[in-house]
Amino acid sequence: MSHHIVEVKNLRHVYSDGTVALKDVSFIITHGESVGIIGANGAGKSTLLQHLNGSLEPTGGSIHIGHTPLSKGTLPDIRRTVGMVFQDPDDQLFMPTVFDDVAFGPLNLGYATADVEQRVTEVLELVGAGHLRDKPPYHLSGGEKKRVAIATVLSMSPDILVMDEPTNGLDPFARRQLMALMRDFEHTRIFTSHDLDMVMELCDRVIVLHEGEVRADGPAMEIFGNDKLLAECRLEKPLSMQGCPVCGGGPARVSRPHPPHHHHHHHG
Amino acid sequence: MASINKAVLDLKRLDLLANNDSVIHRLDARAKVLVTCVFILCIVSYDRYELSALFPFFIFPAVLIALAGLPPLFIAKKIALLCPFVLVVGIFNPVFDREVLVNLGPLGISGGWISFASIMVRSILTVGAAFILVGVTGFTAVCQALERLGMPQVFAVQLLFLYRYIFVLSEEGGRASRARELRSCGRKGLGIRSFSSMIGHLLLRTWQRAERIHMAMLARGFTGQFHAYRQSSFGKAELLFVLGWSALFVFLRINNVSRHLGTLITGLFT
Ligand SMILES: Nc1ncnc2c1ncn2[C@@H]1O[C@H](COP(=O)(O)OP(=O)(O)OP(=O)(O)O)[C@@H](O)[C@H]1O
Ligand SMILES: [Mg+2]
Repeated sequence: MSHHIVEVKNLRHVYSDGTVALKDVSFIITHGESVGIIGANGAGKSTLLQHLNGSLEPTGGSIHIGHTPLSKGTLPDIRRTVGMVFQDPDDQLFMPTVFDDVAFGPLNLGYATADVEQRVTEVLELVGAGHLRDKPPYHLSGGEKKRVAIATVLSMSPDILVMDEPTNGLDPFARRQLMALMRDFEHTRIFTSHDLDMVMELCDRVIVLHEGEVRADGPAMEIFGNDKLLAECRLEKPLSMQGCPVCGGGPARVSRPHPPHHHHHHHG
Repeated sequence: MASINKAVLDLKRLDLLANNDSVIHRLDARAKVLVTCVFILCIVSYDRYELSALFPFFIFPAVLIALAGLPPLFIAKKIALLCPFVLVVGIFNPVFDREVLVNLGPLGISGGWISFASIMVRSILTVGAAFILVGVTGFTAVCQALERLGMPQVFAVQLLFLYRYIFVLSEEGGRASRARELRSCGRKGLGIRSFSSMIGHLLLRTWQRAERIHMAMLARGFTGQFHAYRQSSFGKAELLFVLGWSALFVFLRINNVSRHLGTLITGLFT
């Protein structure tokens, strides 16, 4: 299924106030890849993601989704392909109830009523928000909002999942739940995060943005092993790769960190 | 600002009421919109000095509230919120219009006071009917019904956005004023300068947020088409609902039932 390639070529974005958020960004993401985009605050991550479904218009450069150039005419199709979870869930929830909100997308896609009902129920269970279905979104906690926002996107069965800081504000259990969900998602995943452990666990590939430019692009191990690069981009190693202060071990095994499913348990 | 915020939250609660289930809720939205339109038309077509003929119309909101199980106190409070505005509109009538129209014993009531009361009652009736319509239908469904009744789609979508915009504005307003209050350390505000800059910020932020919400809607396949989850069709029940109420409204409009009733009762006792 090569048609879910995401190709960004020389993308440049200047905001109306003159801020150059993206200078010259290029990369190709093939189908099924799981890519983490990391970088300091203001590096341009959110700006970049918003280009992937045409929410922003490039100042320069181009974007292709599955060999289709992103333009006004192709926008509806592309938005069906690319599911986008915004950084601020308040921007994403606008219907009177959680159920209505999650049903909004499928209804727009023209699903039958019975299918919509089933789909919404399924997806809400999937993100652990089944009990919230009749609540108004503005009465939810931050993490609950986030989960519902993710459900609104999953309900449309996108081929490419784009998420801006998906685990931000989630409790540890919900975070684990979401990570499992993302691991099971078989299509392309692109997300930004300051949760470097999650990036480490879920991504084969990491793109480092720095001041609107791609500073590095490669396998997660390689990037997180490069201390100099991380320091320059205001980042640090994931905790799982740092020395464990309790065991007293130094930053050992940098080239071969703990396997993803190894967890430290130091209680008391 | 905080109280406005609360009022708007209550408005959202009104929308939420539309998710309840009742005979009225199950009716097709178009039927309810039509009846409400006829109702409002009848009310506003009255002469400015008309008062007694308006009272029988209260039967419509009363019956709907009862059948749909809406909280009457809540609706009443929402309407009361509007009273100050009506007061501003109507308060000059008694001042300018002093011609005595009705004599209650020694007390002469001027036309101004009567038209003022008439404006009050009419506002309560029309606004109440509109609130009830939203409460038993939901705003999205009302817009959708308007569109299916022939309103151009652009207008229907604009209406929906306007409605959402009120929420966005009030939320941003609530946040901004809270932030300002917290930082003014208990002093009553920080003067007009900080206030005006806050308003400026507020409008900008609201605009940006409305833009982002619009983006999120587009991202989820919104093409300007409404899709209500509750599918319904215009059947026998709807027809009966529309014809029944419309007939009653027209009848009440033509015959002043209060007066007839009045003459009937005074006739009985004399
Ligand atoms: N609407 C806007 N108008 C002007 N400048 C903006 C706008 N949105 C973002 N910027 C600027 O663009 C740059 C990149 O912002 P962006 O939101 O993409 O950062 P980010 O990498 O997502 O940061 P964070 O990790 O804090 O979410 C920042 O310098 C920011 O100030
Ligand atoms: Mg961001």
